[in-house]
Amino acid sequence: MIKETRVTLKNIGKINPESIDDYIATGGYEGLKKALTMKPFSIIDEILEAGLRGRGGAGFSTGMKKKFTSESCQSCPQRYVVVNADEGEPGTFKDRVIMEQDPHIYLEGTIIAAYSIRATKAYIYLRGEYTDSITRTRKAIADAYERGFLGKNILNSGFDCDVELRLGAGSYLCGEELTMLESLEGKRGNPRIKPPFPAEKGVFGAPTLVNNVETLANVPLIIKNGKEWYRQFGTERSAGTKIFTVSGQVNKPGYYEVEMGITLRQLIDDLCGGMLDGKPFKAALLGGAAGTFVDVSMLDERMTYDNLKEKGATLGSGAVIVMAEEDSIYEVLHSCLRFFKHESCGKCVPCRVGTTLMVKDLERLKNGVSDKEALVQKLVKDSKMIASTSLCPLGQSPILPMESAARYFTDELVS
Amino acid sequence: MTPEEIISKHPRTNDNLLNILHDLQNNHPEQYLTHEAMDKVAQYLNMTKSSVYGVVDYYSMLSTQPRGKYIIRLCISPVCHIKKASGMLAHLEQTLGIRAGETTSDKLFTIEVAECLGQCQEAPSMMINEKVYNNLTEERIKEILAQYK
Ligand SMILES: Cc1cc2nc3c(=O)[nH]c(=O)nc-3n(C[C@H](O)[C@H](O)[C@H](O)COP(=O)(O)O)c2cc1C
Ligand code: FES
Repeated sequence: MIKETRVTLKNIGKINPESIDDYIATGGYEGLKKALTMKPFSIIDEILEAGLRGRGGAGFSTGMKKKFTSESCQSCPQRYVVVNADEGEPGTFKDRVIMEQDPHIYLEGTIIAAYSIRATKAYIYLRGEYTDSITRTRKAIADAYERGFLGKNILNSGFDCDVELRLGAGSYLCGEELTMLESLEGKRGNPRIKPPFPAEKGVFGAPTLVNNVETLANVPLIIKNGKEWYRQFGTERSAGTKIFTVSGQVNKPGYYEVEMGITLRQLIDDLCGGMLDGKPFKAALLGGAAGTFVDVSMLDERMTYDNLKEKGATLGSGAVIVMAEEDSIYEVLHSCLRFFKHESCGKCVPCRVGTTLMVKDLERLKNGVSDKEALVQKLVKDSKMIASTSLCPLGQSPILPMESAARYFTDELVS
Repeated sequence: MTPEEIISKHPRTNDNLLNILHDLQNNHPEQYLTHEAMDKVAQYLNMTKSSVYGVVDYYSMLSTQPRGKYIIRLCISPVCHIKKASGMLAHLEQTLGIRAGETTSDKLFTIEVAECLGQCQEAPSMMINEKVYNNLTEERIKEILAQYK
């Protein structure tokens, strides 16, 4: 029987999220105090050796990213941290839980991250629809200033840091890091060409570290407790814990923080109280709309970044949408493709036109087309074409649900 | 507050654009951005009018059309979709006598569709202005709307 291991969620439900004193009483801001006695590069080494990987979806080494940002463009007068709080991947709500219920933990992580790359300014780019997260974060920032954790000469260390809140306005694509930087600069959310990466040329052309809320929530704990403590959780290559947000056909949908490496079956049976009313499991969509379908054959695979990748699946943001026998793969796939069509910014023709055509083609499956298998194959092929000819990762996303749906569920799609 | 007063509360840098636009929109009784207000923003930030309009046009939460006092945002993303969000949308449209994107003639409600509101554990979900409503059923929608009438 697997249990939750609450690390970033350790304070949830135990403290008043609007009280900085409550947060401090749990050992809050001790990570920052310790960090300020360390050299910035030792903080980066600690995070690197702890093995923390980005929780926003891509799973890139957080330490490496910090190192690149810290070492690029030595002549640049300013560096920035941008907190990706634009959570918009369907099925994902982990950042919301942190921001609503323990906002100081990610704010503390943000300040430590800024110190480690010698940035004196951070922006939190927070989704406009997340009103409670906005209110709580705003209060957390104000209280942190009042207690001297932000502003000039933080805790007499000589380090200055400001954090400002910026609101998104309803665009999924702005959660993609380079597009987010465009949006932050007061522009339309059209993607930028990569490279340069944000570490080289980020917001206002300066080296910028972009990290997800959950990633940053791990940082104070790693600094406070040390990398060995952190490494006791998870696996060698996927260290630590991960918050999974489970929705769909389970008895207890919700958020669960577990050690990396548990299986989908353990997540459903041990934590979510099993399938809803004992219905048979059919599929899960892992990672949201920009995620992959898996079937029963994947129930006992360990959910780590690398193992899932090897098996053609993705961990992504940690969204797990569970489907039972009665649910239609067509409906879920249709909804994902419609989502991409709606969120495509329109800059690249293959993505703008392609996502629209994919929805239309998929619908033809239900309109008595004669060779349905060929149509499914065409959809997979088109999604590959869109992926290889679009500028940004949005165009590279439809292939994920499309190809995995075809792999496991062609029989159902053509029936 | 006048648009000028609202705008001048914000620092004069482009990265404040979205914050300013939200603020203006939230303070307009019909929850939208007038051309006059957008022009003032352009002037304040020293941007071209067309870039400000372009930004407003891009973001789905920003509107250049007058909207109702209460904006209903119904999630139609995958989880809500399999939990019958389309039925909820039809029900809302029927009850209020308008389609998604439209405003009732008494200017009370606007229906909009939204992508994942991060409430998937209790789908289907919607927001009315700043408030979230989960586990929607036709019955519950009726009760909720009654509170706003
Ligand atoms: C279309 C798209 C949407 C994304 N949305 C989010 C998001 O809402 N939140 C997030 O943290 N990362 C999102 N990402 C990932 C970011 O681009 C980036 O990898 C992340 O902010 C890096 O932070 P991390 O290293 O801490 O994970 C998105 C990526 C793509 C391609
Ligand atoms: S899919 Fe509707 S709230 Fe997430």
